[in-house]
Amino acid sequence: MTDWDATRRKVVRDAMGVGVAVGTYGISFGALGPTSGLSVPQTLALSVLAFTGGSQFAFVGVVGAGGSVVSGAATALLLGSRNALYGLRLAPLLSLRGRQRALAAHLVIDESTAMAVAQSEDAAGRLAFWSTGLAVFTMWNLATLLGALGATAFGDPAALGLDAAIGAAFLGLLWPRLAQRSSLALAVAAAALALALTPVVPPGIPVLLAGTLAVAVGVRTPAGAS
Amino acid sequence: MIWAGVLGTALGCYLLKLAGVSLPGRWLESPTVRRVATMLPVAMLAALTAVQAFASGRAVVVDARAAGLAVAAVLLLLRAPFLVVVLAAAATAALLRAFS
Repeated sequence: MTDWDATRRKVVRDAMGVGVAVGTYGISFGALGPTSGLSVPQTLALSVLAFTGGSQFAFVGVVGAGGSVVSGAATALLLGSRNALYGLRLAPLLSLRGRQRALAAHLVIDESTAMAVAQSEDAAGRLAFWSTGLAVFTMWNLATLLGALGATAFGDPAALGLDAAIGAAFLGLLWPRLAQRSSLALAVAAAALALALTPVVPPGIPVLLAGTLAVAVGVRTPAGAS
Repeated sequence: MIWAGVLGTALGCYLLKLAGVSLPGRWLESPTVRRVATMLPVAMLAALTAVQAFASGRAVVVDARAAGLAVAAVLLLLRAPFLVVVLAAAATAALLRAFS
């Protein structure tokens, strides 16, 4: 029993830590929303309702750079498709039903998935999923609101260098995924393709085509050679 | 118009998550699906980084944002926290603009 108490305390403490860490991303996202032409309610609506950081950054990035809202949304959804895979992996662990499934689905993100699958016991995994999901949801939205209000309090985004912050934010999100050499090669190819296409197609489309490149390479790579 | 994009993004992102926790798990066994799921964020985040730093409408330019990105890359190599990286990139671009 004391073993479980200790495990429980550790899981909840780790979840809080992840929540605080993610809050720093939330402040950045909140500040970039108004910088990209979204209102404070629109920025906050993305955090509360979409609740998946990479896709939210993608939407404001594409729209802020002059892309259409359709290509912004398409980029966000293509990037958010990985959450479906996380859900597939989590479903047997969480054994969800009805309304609980609808609520749990909203909390399926990078952090809650990583924390849940890192636990050695199922009960700890379930606790890690819910506590991380709720901690991140709380901190992410509070931080978004703070960042958005802070950004609107200041003046010209370009004078503050906030347009440069968006590129840095994407690089920061990309960084942990570059550990493998094949990932690095793909990242360089995708970046080069996007810049080569920039003069040719409307803003927002180069990123979508880079995503399509990844799907094509992934589908055509022979089994076992990844 | 932006509201339509915000709400469409929110609905789509939620439905993707709901599909994941609702569909049969055998989808996960496909190596192709797993490979695409690993590669897709890498390619898209790299493309977004490049476009944000070097695209201005349909032109490819090197300006203060590129310097901000370079500073961000150095700080990431030094394992600096995310917020520090983002703020340093913004400060670099702002300073360059103020003194040019």
